[in-house]
Amino acid sequence: MNRALFISRMRRSIRLGLRSLWLHRLRSLLTMLGIVFGVCSVIAMLAIGEGASYAAQEEIKSLGSQNILLKSVKPPEDEKVQGRRENYVLSYGLTHEDVRRIQRTIPAVELVLPARIMREYVWNISTRVDAEIVGTLPNYPQIRNQTVSHGRYFTDTEMDAAENVCVLGPEMARRLFPLHEPVGRDVRVGQNYYRVIGVMEFRGRTGGGSEPTGQANTSAGTPAVDRMFIPLETARRRYGEVLANSRQGSFEAQRIQLHEITIKVGNPDDVVAVSDVVRDLLAKNHKKKDYDVVVPLELLKKAERTKQIFNLVLGSIAAISLLVGGIGIMNIMLANVTERTREIGIRRALGAKRQDITTQFLVEAVILSAVGGLLGVILGIAIPFVVSRVADMKTIVTWGSPVAAFTISALVGVIFGLYPALRAAKMDPVEALRHE
Amino acid sequence: MGDETVYALRGVSFEVQAGEYVAIMGPSGCGKSTLLNLLGCLDRPSEGRYVLAGEDVSQLDDDALSTIRGSRLGFIFQSYNLIQQLSVLENIEVPLFYQGRDEDEAREVSRRLAERVGLGSRLGHKPNELSGGQQQRVAIARALANDPRLILADEATGNLDSSSGREILALFDELVAQGRTLIMVTHDPAIGERAQRVIRLRDGLLESDIRR
Repeated sequence: MNRALFISRMRRSIRLGLRSLWLHRLRSLLTMLGIVFGVCSVIAMLAIGEGASYAAQEEIKSLGSQNILLKSVKPPEDEKVQGRRENYVLSYGLTHEDVRRIQRTIPAVELVLPARIMREYVWNISTRVDAEIVGTLPNYPQIRNQTVSHGRYFTDTEMDAAENVCVLGPEMARRLFPLHEPVGRDVRVGQNYYRVIGVMEFRGRTGGGSEPTGQANTSAGTPAVDRMFIPLETARRRYGEVLANSRQGSFEAQRIQLHEITIKVGNPDDVVAVSDVVRDLLAKNHKKKDYDVVVPLELLKKAERTKQIFNLVLGSIAAISLLVGGIGIMNIMLANVTERTREIGIRRALGAKRQDITTQFLVEAVILSAVGGLLGVILGIAIPFVVSRVADMKTIVTWGSPVAAFTISALVGVIFGLYPALRAAKMDPVEALRHE
Repeated sequence: MGDETVYALRGVSFEVQAGEYVAIMGPSGCGKSTLLNLLGCLDRPSEGRYVLAGEDVSQLDDDALSTIRGSRLGFIFQSYNLIQQLSVLENIEVPLFYQGRDEDEAREVSRRLAERVGLGSRLGHKPNELSGGQQQRVAIARALANDPRLILADEATGNLDSSSGREILALFDELVAQGRTLIMVTHDPAIGERAQRVIRLRDGLLESDIRR
């Protein structure tokens, strides 16, 4: 058979198939629905899952995949002591000694970045923002993969001189200075004024401000709006070693040297090994478990594993729903074949070969599944779009999922349409003609 | 049934010349339909031979028989057997497509045939919008689509009133006059008389073969 003839025959078969399916519109539509929902739910769920995992991975990456984060945590067993003694000064957390020890004993460590974090209100005249004041070193942006969007970060000189300079987080910069350029202006924290020298880059909803922090002073309540960075030396001079705040009428003081230590490992392959050494080192030197070790790389791997499992589960759901859809198509096609026995007999008498009959019914089944698949793809792309608009969730429709879903749904038509089609072709023409 | 083989036809042997008009008659259950199915290549004889236009077709495979049906035979049935979802024009086209004919050409042939059987004004109608006589005329047009030498008619007027029946029989006479071979099955002696030759069957046996 030549190509042109084949194409003309296929075109005719498709037209004929569409015609008979249109004749039973409702039935065809209902049969398709199985495939439609199967395909659409898979694409939509994959897109939402992909978006969620992308956001999570971005968040973890923002911590730095070569980094290990240490955080001071209030040891839980001290709660009782604190309740009994009113003027008890609670002393815990990471120390400058820890920083030195890590620097000295682990050669794979490239940099160690200590930070102190104080929860305070930051004022511009009468506007205030609830912020975390982070006292840290000048190389913080490099280590934490953050950039300054305008202005600059503070320098070693400003650090050594303990100058009153600060770099604002993007959100607080927007709130404190809605109309003005913040660089060069002053903000007030308590009795101290700080000159704004820079503003950090906005990193999306998961950026700077809502990083998982040690929640230095306030263990309860809403998270701080954003972070403000000042030189560590300045923080030490302004706040001393003891931080005090009163809660529920009783005075409470905490002595914390450092709230956060970021360790940058030179070679990414060493991160896990270094984290084990750091854990051992801290365990040896801290009587209580008053610190927490966060390894972004481990979190990243865990997130990837979770995503794999998620995809596997989704894949199974997809397979099952397509199977169910396929069975629906087979069922309807079998009914269709029985209903049209007479037509099959007529066509056979008029010269149709078995293969012609097979093609006719197979094309119908594939039209059902392919149109179902196409509708599913359209819905499956539309739903994540609506979700990201309405629920403000990030969704990512990857190229692969609609293409794969459509291909598989068309294949489902072939697989489940084959048996009814072959059954139609196998009919004896004489008996088929006699069928009422 | 069971182990016993029942032969619908036994020792029915005859020859039909090109251009003959033959009526096959007999009471129901005599084997008329079986004979017609064999002649129409819809069935294969368990024993014996069927030579069509010099070719022994009794042992051909399904595809070959389909091709013969589509290219050399035309069928006319008692219950018309039109495809309900197709229009008059499309019904006539069906055999053409199974022979791989071009779409435009098929449309042209189909239109000509529809006009010839007097349905030129009803090309787009569906079978259920036509009377019995009109439907049978569509069926005749369809049987002629591939220009077959042999036309087989099974009680072609059985479902029609007498005036429609007469029209159909007149068409048959025309076909024979054009040199086509026509074999029809009927139990109506009045119709049988129009044929040049009447073959009578009884209990699967040839009872008589009368030429006039």
